[in-house]
Amino acid sequence: MTWEIVIGLEIHTQLSTNTKIFSGASTTYGAEPNTQADSVSIALPGVLPVLNKGAVERAIKFGLATGSHIAPRSVFARKNYFYPDLPKGYQISQFDLPVVGEGALPILVEPLSGNAKPYEKTVRITRAHLEEDAGKSLHGDFHGMTGIDLNRAGTPLLEIVSEPDMCSAAEAVAYAKTIHTLVRWIGISDGNMQEGSFRCDVNVSVRRPGEPLGTRREVKNLNSFKYMQQAIDYEVQWQIDTLESGGEIHQATILFDPDSGETRMMRSKEDAHDYRYFPDPDLLPLDISPEWIEAMRATLPELPNDKQLRYVNDLGLSSYDASLLTSSLEMADFFEAALTEAPSHAKICANWIIGEVSAQLNRDGMDITQCPINAQQLGGMLKRIADNTISNSGAKEVFRTMWADGGNADEIIEAKGLKQVSDAGAIEALVDEIIASNADKVEEYRGGKEKLFGFFVGQAMKASKGKANPAQLNEVLKRKLSG
Amino acid sequence: MFESSLKQLGDALRAKKISSVELTQLYLDKISKLNPELNAFITVNPDISLAQARDADARMAAGKGEALTGIPIAQKDIFCSKGWLTTCGSKMLHNFVSPYDAHVIQQFNNAGAINIGKTNMDEFAMGSSNETSHYGTVKNPWNTENVPGGSSGGTAAAVAARLCAAATGTDTGGSIRQPAALCGISGLKPTYGVCSRFGMIAFASSLDQAGPMGRSAEDLALLLNTMAGFDERDSTSLQRDKEDYTRDLDKPLNGLRIGLPKEFFAEGLSNDVAQAVEAAIGEYKKLGATVVDISLPNSKLSVPVYYVLAPAEASSNLSRFDGVRYGYRASEYDDLADMYEKSRAQGFGEEVKRRIMIGTYVLSHGYYDAYYLQAQKIRRLIAQDFTEAYKHCDIIMGPTAPSTAFKFGEKGDDPVQMYLSDIYTIAVNLAGLPGMSIPCGFGDNDMPVGLQIIGNYFDEARMLNAAHQYQLATDWHNRAPQGL
Repeated sequence: MTWEIVIGLEIHTQLSTNTKIFSGASTTYGAEPNTQADSVSIALPGVLPVLNKGAVERAIKFGLATGSHIAPRSVFARKNYFYPDLPKGYQISQFDLPVVGEGALPILVEPLSGNAKPYEKTVRITRAHLEEDAGKSLHGDFHGMTGIDLNRAGTPLLEIVSEPDMCSAAEAVAYAKTIHTLVRWIGISDGNMQEGSFRCDVNVSVRRPGEPLGTRREVKNLNSFKYMQQAIDYEVQWQIDTLESGGEIHQATILFDPDSGETRMMRSKEDAHDYRYFPDPDLLPLDISPEWIEAMRATLPELPNDKQLRYVNDLGLSSYDASLLTSSLEMADFFEAALTEAPSHAKICANWIIGEVSAQLNRDGMDITQCPINAQQLGGMLKRIADNTISNSGAKEVFRTMWADGGNADEIIEAKGLKQVSDAGAIEALVDEIIASNADKVEEYRGGKEKLFGFFVGQAMKASKGKANPAQLNEVLKRKLSG
Repeated sequence: MFESSLKQLGDALRAKKISSVELTQLYLDKISKLNPELNAFITVNPDISLAQARDADARMAAGKGEALTGIPIAQKDIFCSKGWLTTCGSKMLHNFVSPYDAHVIQQFNNAGAINIGKTNMDEFAMGSSNETSHYGTVKNPWNTENVPGGSSGGTAAAVAARLCAAATGTDTGGSIRQPAALCGISGLKPTYGVCSRFGMIAFASSLDQAGPMGRSAEDLALLLNTMAGFDERDSTSLQRDKEDYTRDLDKPLNGLRIGLPKEFFAEGLSNDVAQAVEAAIGEYKKLGATVVDISLPNSKLSVPVYYVLAPAEASSNLSRFDGVRYGYRASEYDDLADMYEKSRAQGFGEEVKRRIMIGTYVLSHGYYDAYYLQAQKIRRLIAQDFTEAYKHCDIIMGPTAPSTAFKFGEKGDDPVQMYLSDIYTIAVNLAGLPGMSIPCGFGDNDMPVGLQIIGNYFDEARMLNAAHQYQLATDWHNRAPQGL
């Protein structure tokens, strides 16, 4: 009998404001411990929170980008618990009235194994709420004591909660990647996962088809998509094994250990805190006017999904290519800038960016913003492919040269003599010469040994020093060989 | 000099009849003499006070003296004051020297006032008798066997004993008005949001409000001019035009409609207090006011509602006192949880711990709806009672406290008896209205009686007018305790 997997995500994304959500302290990452901890971050007696409007603006943008309900009035609540890196003894968050309500996000799922094709799916968003981050407890070199760094305390977070709509690690990863792309795309977060700007909690349960939802366990604080996939795969198998061997699943919070590839229990439901949420009397309800929402809408760039649709419908790209080209705003900008040089050759442009450019970037460990060839350079080369000035192999040579030494396509074509021969007379003469000097092979070919065709192409190319237009050459060769 | 009004002191200072340094030294000397007995101050810091006085003298020499420049004002120890020990009456903050000034303190500093010392108070402002202070009880200057009221008991005693020209208090459920009544002085709790709470150590954030305490309504108006004002660092601070609270002091009271809530004159009110309050109402009639009987039917629920909401907020507000970053930390502990438990068990007093327990309980899963949410609903009903009442009157009057100052230990064993000391004041905080207390006579034990005046929202000027006209016609506010 099969098992159904049910997954829901809670994603904490750090918002890209310069200052903290409730004070003017800087949010810059990596400063000396406690140098960005002002009186509010330290929670001195008597200090009060003042809401950072920039954090609200970013929440509104997220709501708009996911077609979510934006609450005209939401409320900040206190989540009470004791921990040394939580200086007030409570976290200011939102509880029953979050700023962003229900929405939905289409995702493109790439199955992780087998030959299954990518497919589309919509994941519902339950809510997204504003809250402050805690500080950090440093258990390193403090002679058996714990160091507290409150630089991060009060950094604004948007916690994005999904419905349990995902039923595989691939879907969960696709959803998380889509959100990750989106928050960077609309400029509300740098999405830096190493620095903890984008952290995922994954709720996993399994059930027999048709049965009610199983008991879930929550894997906390996953900060890489790879770990997310591994954690889900491990956890799903663990739950299935447990149930199949007659065991029970108990609600729990668990951690994933990337070294062992296993999950382990952090706390059980019995240890769960009673957070004693109540509305924070230090903050007024957050009122968002329709005018404010419209002002934010005007600042949004074309969204990834809209772009994808346009690429498919107007440019004739496949939806898979369109999704790859919209994996980041920078990637899409690069594509569109390159395309302006060869406007009617979107497919060639897409192929080059998805193919050669991405492969080289991967090899050199760079992303599109660090690409040594800019979009204008690439576009200049595409233009020469499109007008048949260079062949594909010529283009590869141009590309290699640009990547290594810079320069523009026309100069490189000129300097390296890469301009292909498309003169029909010249190609015919070339072909005649090859046929004349290889009479025996021509005989064999005409006798049915058709795979010799490649030999003639090779000879002709060699004779043209690689510059013959391949399509033309093929056509002429075929005609003349068939006699 | 000790009987002078703030206005007279300001005039004398600006006319160079006395310097601020001389005046400050006079008060410091009087504090040295009387504070050992009264215990009204937790901290005096002559070096800082006299340095401020020298600055004030220089400022006045430059012709830039303002109403309060050079005048010694005592500050309740709930206000963070840069360079001053700021304890909030608690062992938990026994070593906390504030690195910053509360907004209210800043306002006084900008006005050139002298901080003459930090006054004693119930621990974290939780109490009605000043018996919960870690720094010992404050004695009522009228009779040192009696309590001064609380939580601003140190301030009330200091003003009554003329240890400062005036002072500040804070009022969450009556903590300005009740001690003002018990010590025979005047005190005003403004509309919620008029004075910034920034730098005022929080007890119950939705109820806390700073206000002036002094010897006359006229003094309170001058103090409030300095204390009030928008502050962007407090999200609940109200953005309003600056007011001159002295502007209506001299208006006649003809036609003023005084509402008398029948619930404030019912069972539980001592006869001597009732008589003094009724005599005061009679005086108001002579001044041209008319009297209207009103009802605040839900006010009887204000004590239970308050003792759900205030502890709920307090239980959260006091979580930051955990021994990690500042304040008291137990000297020996096994691990983190033990450090928290011991530091908080040893650092907080009994009443504070009781309220943290109550607050934690009413916010707990399964109890929240029945207690916290229900209390919030009744809070709105209590506020609506006032809105309804103000359709029929301009101002509300009644007793501030059900009795005059009681003896130490008299209510110590029964927290509910103590909580009932604030039965007439709490509804005002729940509604966010302004309220004040002025002296209106003496009870059977020769202890002062306070008349409570409750205004509509932002009606402080009208309340001060009513109080000032009464004080022009009577001299209760000029009586001073003898034999100190």
